[in-house]
Amino acid sequence: MGLLSKKDAKLITDPLADNNPITIQVLGICSALAITAQLKASIVMAISVMAVLGIGNVVISLMRNIIPSKIRIIVQLVVVAALVIIVDQVLKAFSYELSKTLSVFVGLIITNCIIMGRFEAFALANGPWRSFLDGIGNAAGYGVILIIVGFFRELLGSGTLLGFPVLGDPIEKTGLYAIGYENNGFMLLSPMALIVVGIIIWVQRTKNKELIED
Amino acid sequence: MEHLELFLKSIFIDNMVFATFLGMCSYLAVSKKVSTAVGLGAAVIFVLAITVPLNWLLDQYLLQPGALTWLGAEYADYDLSFLSFIMFIATIATMVQLVEIVVEKFSPSLYNSLGIFLPLIAVNCAILGGSLFMQSREIPSLALATTYGVGSGIGWFLAILSIAAIREKIRYSNVPPALRGLGITFIITGLMAIGFMSFGGMLTGDNEPEVKKGTTVQEGDKEPPQVQLENNDSNNNTVVLKDDLGMANTSKVNE
Repeated sequence: MGLLSKKDAKLITDPLADNNPITIQVLGICSALAITAQLKASIVMAISVMAVLGIGNVVISLMRNIIPSKIRIIVQLVVVAALVIIVDQVLKAFSYELSKTLSVFVGLIITNCIIMGRFEAFALANGPWRSFLDGIGNAAGYGVILIIVGFFRELLGSGTLLGFPVLGDPIEKTGLYAIGYENNGFMLLSPMALIVVGIIIWVQRTKNKELIED
Repeated sequence: MEHLELFLKSIFIDNMVFATFLGMCSYLAVSKKVSTAVGLGAAVIFVLAITVPLNWLLDQYLLQPGALTWLGAEYADYDLSFLSFIMFIATIATMVQLVEIVVEKFSPSLYNSLGIFLPLIAVNCAILGGSLFMQSREIPSLALATTYGVGSGIGWFLAILSIAAIREKIRYSNVPPALRGLGITFIITGLMAIGFMSFGGMLTGDNEPEVKKGTTVQEGDKEPPQVQLENNDSNNNTVVLKDDLGMANTSKVNE
């Protein structure tokens, strides 16, 4: 890490594990659960959030001294909303199918608690460069969970990854299906997203006892 | 009848928390005690009942393609729908502030119980989600939009109330240490969501006449489930469910 000082590097690596926005800070759950039935959607969502959070953190950080604290929530909402509109228009232009799948949830990046949470907790008190790193780090921590959940749900639920059949063909009975394997369609239903995240939390806290509550 | 159907549908079948995961952040953060959960739940019903109809008006007379026709014929081509995110969130933020001021002025006791939750609500995904789903499902009238707002609010209230009650009880159970707190809450919510899925069959009886109409025009009977899919969009999960129901309906008719 020649480019980043140790303190700056920590801003990026911390949220990936021990201070993960989803499993530890409990922020931004809504979108994390709703769109993870496919890996592709999860990846796109992670990238969108990263773009919005990285840029938004910089903008808020630059304006932090001129925003009156009474109306800061509205100012923050306007900044996020403007960025999300850009993301939405880009998605509609370059991958219309995917933006249909994500539909409302692109708009819901605005109220994704990670974004408001990081604005309040970090960008309002730090310079633009560090805020940018913090934004990227937290969005990456969010993205990692999204991709893990999306990976398992798509693999176990439909036997594909990014749309490619990796376990063989369920109709022709090739690959794993030849020995009687069946897709678990239940993984595609919404409740399983919650349970998968619950299991991730369980694994993480078993490994790192300090994170256990109570 | 239409109202009752939408009302029940938004409470049980399309429950904000269990079917679309909206408002999860505050749902998880504020559900440690039943009393606070009731306060937040009531505030959500209140704000949804105001903002959904308001945003319906905005959408209908300002944002939709061709919505500006009332200004004059030359405005008929304008399509401002890309502005809907910013308009909706601005409406919500202002309404929340306004409600806070009004409630503080006229009912200090209500303000004491609801007040602290109101600022939280401006950034609750359930509120913006309510408006966005209202837009994407193309709810046809102002009255129905109000019904939808109140219904989804009640659904959210129900969800947070039940999880808070369960969390109060579970404190006395012997949960594995690593699962305590957040982990077990996630898993319980998942199980509750599975429970709520059983409401999915509740209103299918009403769809049947529509499907029958479709069969007389033959081939057309493939359409109704697909339309449903598109209205439901977004959530792949409900799509699967609805698809199953739609298929079940058509197969019944074919027999």
